[in-house]
Amino acid sequence: MIPNSRSSRRQFLSQASAALAGLGFAGAEDKVTLPFANGERRLVKFPQKRPLILLTTRPPQLETPMEVFKEVITPNDAFFVRYHLANVPHSVDAVSFRLEIKGLVDKPLQLSLKELKTQFDQVEVVAVNQCSGNSRGYFQPRVGGGQLGNGAMGNARWRGVRLKDVLAKAGVQAGAKQVVCNGLDAPVLPQTPDFIKALEMDHALDGEILIAHEMNGEPLPLLNGFPLRLVVPGYYGTYWVKHLNELNVVKDAFDGFFMATGYRIATTPGGCVEPGTTPTSTVPITRFKVRSFLTSHLDGAQVQAGAVTQLSGIAFDHGAGITEVVVSDDGGRTWQAAELGRDLGRYSFRPWSLAWKPQRKGPCELKVRAVNRIGESQAMEPLWNPQGYMRNVVETTHVTVA
Amino acid sequence: MKKFFAILFIIGAAGLSAADKTAADAPDFSSFVWPVESGAYKPGAGVELAQSLCITCHSTEYVSTQPPLPRKFWEATVKKMKEKYAAPLPEDNAALIDYLTSAYGSK
Repeated sequence: MIPNSRSSRRQFLSQASAALAGLGFAGAEDKVTLPFANGERRLVKFPQKRPLILLTTRPPQLETPMEVFKEVITPNDAFFVRYHLANVPHSVDAVSFRLEIKGLVDKPLQLSLKELKTQFDQVEVVAVNQCSGNSRGYFQPRVGGGQLGNGAMGNARWRGVRLKDVLAKAGVQAGAKQVVCNGLDAPVLPQTPDFIKALEMDHALDGEILIAHEMNGEPLPLLNGFPLRLVVPGYYGTYWVKHLNELNVVKDAFDGFFMATGYRIATTPGGCVEPGTTPTSTVPITRFKVRSFLTSHLDGAQVQAGAVTQLSGIAFDHGAGITEVVVSDDGGRTWQAAELGRDLGRYSFRPWSLAWKPQRKGPCELKVRAVNRIGESQAMEPLWNPQGYMRNVVETTHVTVA
Repeated sequence: MKKFFAILFIIGAAGLSAADKTAADAPDFSSFVWPVESGAYKPGAGVELAQSLCITCHSTEYVSTQPPLPRKFWEATVKKMKEKYAAPLPEDNAALIDYLTSAYGSK
């Protein structure tokens, strides 16, 4: 049941140490160094997880090593973990657990897991979850907050029921503005604001959002929200409430800390500002920007001059769909079109590959850039905001042609 | 009568098996091993303040993984903990801010 075996763990550690050896960290099997100041991290094993890059122990925040993204579906035991408040459930009674639907509804409900699994359409979506602050450690100038590399993202096949269907069963009343979503995790001190998020009513009813009970064919790992979590395709992970046990339909915009103060971006185009400045007006963060990564080769890799090397990686956006991925081997002067791989749906990682024949020996900068169906892409130079959200610069991988 | 009990038994068994199935979907939480956090802040004047105040709500990596940032950042962070997260900090936190800046901030 727990998707973690000794052999896969060994394989991972040997891969990690091989990758680390390539980066010049030979022998450091349980440590990695992310490429920014104060980037030393331990690999630590949590329940149902293989050893992952530890950001914080309490509450748990774990990052996925980049090697894992060679697979288009991120395994459950490697999927990143992000909590805000340290009163994290260490067990959940699946039989007595109830999801409560209340507020501006005709018929308040208390649904058991069995009722959710038997009384509603069961639907699946492959969707990327990504932390708003993924890649925050790369911001220049540096900003405070969780100092993540690029591994606070993952792509899974989620199975569950539509939020729309559950709300329809309760009967949303006229005048409803938002659905306020809360989970079992809680603050240590009762006076600390709980982690609670709100979805606009039209978004909650658009049929895209799931209340998921399965991830890649297994029950959700505890640290990814067992027994239920919201899956909000195309939206940053802050909305993907874990251990979801309460939906409250309200008539006024919810003003809790994590909506009214936290997770807000500038109203400027792209949500970014001049480095070192503060936005003058803000709105809640919403959808992913376009991103793409080279995953077949990590920084420090060696390739052979005159021989064909298969480059491959992933690209994703907020659901418009990736239509083009281009790769440059000369620091961005010229670009070659990569071939897009299997389409698992518009919210999924889209794999790409390119047969590349490097000619010139020496250091080489590989850049990858994606474009989506509505023409959105990635900037060559990074944008900046004081919270370190939504990084989506064209990524550069330094390899050596020998 | 016998038939009545037989039906009751079947209904009961069906209910039980559905409940069992739900329970079976849950992992064995009792087997979970949770890593122990390292509780140590860097030594320095005022370390006892971080050790007694910051430790209530989060592990030390919340501090130790921050980039080297100036005193202004640590001042704003302590203020945020007090005002936004309702941490029971004293009125005057200058000594704590001095410690965080000197142990983890930019020089």
